[in-house]
Amino acid sequence: MRTTVVLTLTSFAAAMVVGTVVAAFRVSPVPPLRAAGAVWVQMLRNTPLTVLLLLFVFGFTKIGLQYSFEVSSVIVFGAYTSAFVAETVRSGINAVARGQAEAARAVGLTFPQILGIVVLPQAFRTVVAPLGNIFIALTKNTSIAAIISVLELTEVADRLNNATARPIPVFLGAAVAYLVLTLPSGFAFGWLERKVAIRR
Amino acid sequence: MPEQPLVVLAGVNKWFGDLHVLRDIDLSVERGEVVVVIGPSGSGKSTLCRAINRLEPVQEGTITIDGVPLPEEGKELARLRADVGMVFQSFNLFAHKTVLDNVTLGPRKVRKRSKADAEALGMQLLERVGIANKARAYPAELSGGQQQRVAIARALAMEPKVLLFDEPTSALDPEMIKEVLDVMLELAREDGTTMVVVTHEMGFAKSAARRVVFMDEGRIVEIAPPDRFFSHPESERARDFLSKILAH
Repeated sequence: MRTTVVLTLTSFAAAMVVGTVVAAFRVSPVPPLRAAGAVWVQMLRNTPLTVLLLLFVFGFTKIGLQYSFEVSSVIVFGAYTSAFVAETVRSGINAVARGQAEAARAVGLTFPQILGIVVLPQAFRTVVAPLGNIFIALTKNTSIAAIISVLELTEVADRLNNATARPIPVFLGAAVAYLVLTLPSGFAFGWLERKVAIRR
Repeated sequence: MPEQPLVVLAGVNKWFGDLHVLRDIDLSVERGEVVVVIGPSGSGKSTLCRAINRLEPVQEGTITIDGVPLPEEGKELARLRADVGMVFQSFNLFAHKTVLDNVTLGPRKVRKRSKADAEALGMQLLERVGIANKARAYPAELSGGQQQRVAIARALAMEPKVLLFDEPTSALDPEMIKEVLDVMLELAREDGTTMVVVTHEMGFAKSAARRVVFMDEGRIVEIAPPDRFFSHPESERARDFLSKILAH
């Protein structure tokens, strides 16, 4: 369970950082950046996570990218999830009233300042709930690391089952363990959403 | 040598798709001058105002502020915009920041003033627009008139060379219009602020404007001092417009 938590938190942190940068690319006034952002999102969100993980672990070693299975998992989960974070943050950016950015431009802020000081702080507040969905999906997606034998929740359950041949209690237990992680996450995101809401 | 005008628009044309919204606009605004732009809706007066700090880029013609032509979008333009204050119809206060933070954001992030310094200036300006007691409030907690006064303080905090007002009272309830116009009148009369004001408030035009610019269908139809414009408009179009809005 600890591995699952660590995988989830590190992947989510990476996905938030990368996803926000990609979202900024997608609304940037520079066309090549917009295109790069779009390619990143479309490639990653339209490919099965399992395929990405296997490609990275077995394929990328051929071109010299070799990391431990744990680190590889974080990289792949982070990159895959970043595509969803980027789209979510982008929709948040689009939901910020046009006048906010106009006022910021009129004050003389530059594009990065407008994004960082005025638009993104408001955008994040509106997308806390969908980011919560992404977090919960990611928590469950980390089970895919079992296919490369990373000792996370599902892999542990699988090995336990192999040893005991009692699949029902073992996998039910695993399901409950995921619930123990995801239910409080959902509540935490709900709390965060209320806390940062902007009165309008 | 006579001082050059602060804002000069020369041969400005703009289209939204097929719609020709600004047609051959020539206009100069002198230092310390208050120019009020009026006209029917859709006449291009808001677009004219927004073109002056390039919130709306124009396809033809030149716009210069204090002798500097407006550059392309980027750092140069941001620097120039810092010298051009703008007050919007819908206030556009930063919703996630307090009143005081709204006013100090520009001085701190653009002018690089210290926090203490910017807050002293901010409080002084909020005092001046009569809203210092709301410094820690958020925009949504304020009435429209209060929000617009904060927006004026935010624009003033940049110590701009010229202030643009894009229909500053059009979104306000009638009883709040006066408190905003009073602040604007004071700026115009006592501080000699250079102002370009797009408005439907004919009373403000009469008492504050040095010149009234009347626009229709993207063109400047007439430019005249307010007393002459309101008593003896030269163009048929202006006479027609005035008869409609002054009928009641």
